[in-house]
Amino acid sequence: MPEDCIYIARSSAIAARALAGEMMVMNSADSTFFTLNEVATAIFQAADGHTPLREIVRDRVCGQFDVDPEQAQADAEQFVTELSSHGILLVSHQPLAPETP
Amino acid sequence: MSLMSDVGQKAFNLRVPIAVHLDVTYRCNERCVHCYLDHDDHGEMTTAEIKDVLDQMAEAGVFFLTLSGGEVFMRRDFFEILEYARRLMFNVKIKTNAVMIHEAEARRIRELGVDTIQISVYSHHPDVHDAITKLPHSFERTINSIRFLRDQGLRVTIANVLMTVNSSDHLGVQKLAAELGVHYSLDPTITPMMDGDTSVLSLRVPGEELKDVFHNPSLVGNQEEFCAPPKPPSNEDLEEYSCSAGHSFCYISPYGDVFPCVQFPLPTGNIRQQKFLDIWNFSPQLKEVRSIQAKDLTVCSSCSHVSSCTRCPGLAYTEGSMRGPSTADCEKSFYRTGVPTANMLRQGLSKPRSPSGNNAPLIQIRPVAVPA
Repeated sequence: MPEDCIYIARSSAIAARALAGEMMVMNSADSTFFTLNEVATAIFQAADGHTPLREIVRDRVCGQFDVDPEQAQADAEQFVTELSSHGILLVSHQPLAPETP
Repeated sequence: MSLMSDVGQKAFNLRVPIAVHLDVTYRCNERCVHCYLDHDDHGEMTTAEIKDVLDQMAEAGVFFLTLSGGEVFMRRDFFEILEYARRLMFNVKIKTNAVMIHEAEARRIRELGVDTIQISVYSHHPDVHDAITKLPHSFERTINSIRFLRDQGLRVTIANVLMTVNSSDHLGVQKLAAELGVHYSLDPTITPMMDGDTSVLSLRVPGEELKDVFHNPSLVGNQEEFCAPPKPPSNEDLEEYSCSAGHSFCYISPYGDVFPCVQFPLPTGNIRQQKFLDIWNFSPQLKEVRSIQAKDLTVCSSCSHVSSCTRCPGLAYTEGSMRGPSTADCEKSFYRTGVPTANMLRQGLSKPRSPSGNNAPLIQIRPVAVPA
């Protein structure tokens, strides 16, 4: 998947809330429950369906945290792939309309 | 410790209201014999007021939201409220009798990403269930609704309140739940009515029958562990708090009154007069609830059951003191383990006095007067 073309959006099936800087995320379909660390939370919150992942990593991760840009991009792609497999994030090569319940 | 309990402990320590039970109405289409509510509408919150409360709760960090009543579907705007709650990304559980849920409603509930629907079923015998709800054909309608919800792939739990009039039916309801492919939970707690009327307590199951329930592995899991005699409490045990009520959980009535728990009728403020977070952070009543550790309990601090008892501070409050014992829980501890509680021993009892627990005067839920 060409990394510049990755768009991510939050699924409408999830519940989420920040607790002390970490994001709690639960998928109602199967009750899988995650907590996201600060960096993952920044990506999750920016998952609006129309901002490319590379831009999110540049502005919300590299701009806020002291990380290597290439490593951050690779980690972010792995992260969105994992959350996508649990139905938490929708991933596409095209911009996505945000899902609302 | 699981991730979920880890998060719960974190919220408890940080005093974040991670879970709220919101009753959207007290109106109901059933008239269950054990119900503690006054079903007349004394001015329940409007749609706009409830949406504002939901906004405030999301801001305050509430994640787990239980929407209950009364019967939630008695509100014509219930789906509007539910949709709004889900847009705010709450994890939503609905408590309902389900008689107003048909295929279309079940589909909408699934589309809205509701986590769990808890449905009251009192017996596998339609006549017994209908006699408890006082709504003819309610059993048939409720079971049909459960099938609609299940067919949508939703997580359904049958809640089986155990009382004298259905005490021999819990195994039948458990079997029915298994046949329907839904979860089952049993609750022997009967709560005094909101107006202070204790007559419903006569519906509490006799202790000897509780003993049978507590020794049934299909209900309690590892019966040997569940019914083991209490271990002597450690100093750490005496530093513990009773439960999450007022620490990371609270209850909001349809009139906007905030309480530590649905079973703890201590008024702490009203949403119509104060912001939710102001009540949560500054209510003297909530601060008092939060201050109570096991070592502060007047009778229970010296009880051998103190570290394993399900003592409910709300039920204790209705007996006269939130630091005192809850007779119903003393009964449960005794019939679970066979070991008398400190509350029983101080009264010279080797077994609980009566199956219905206390007859003490109860404190009525009433709006709290908040200075403007």
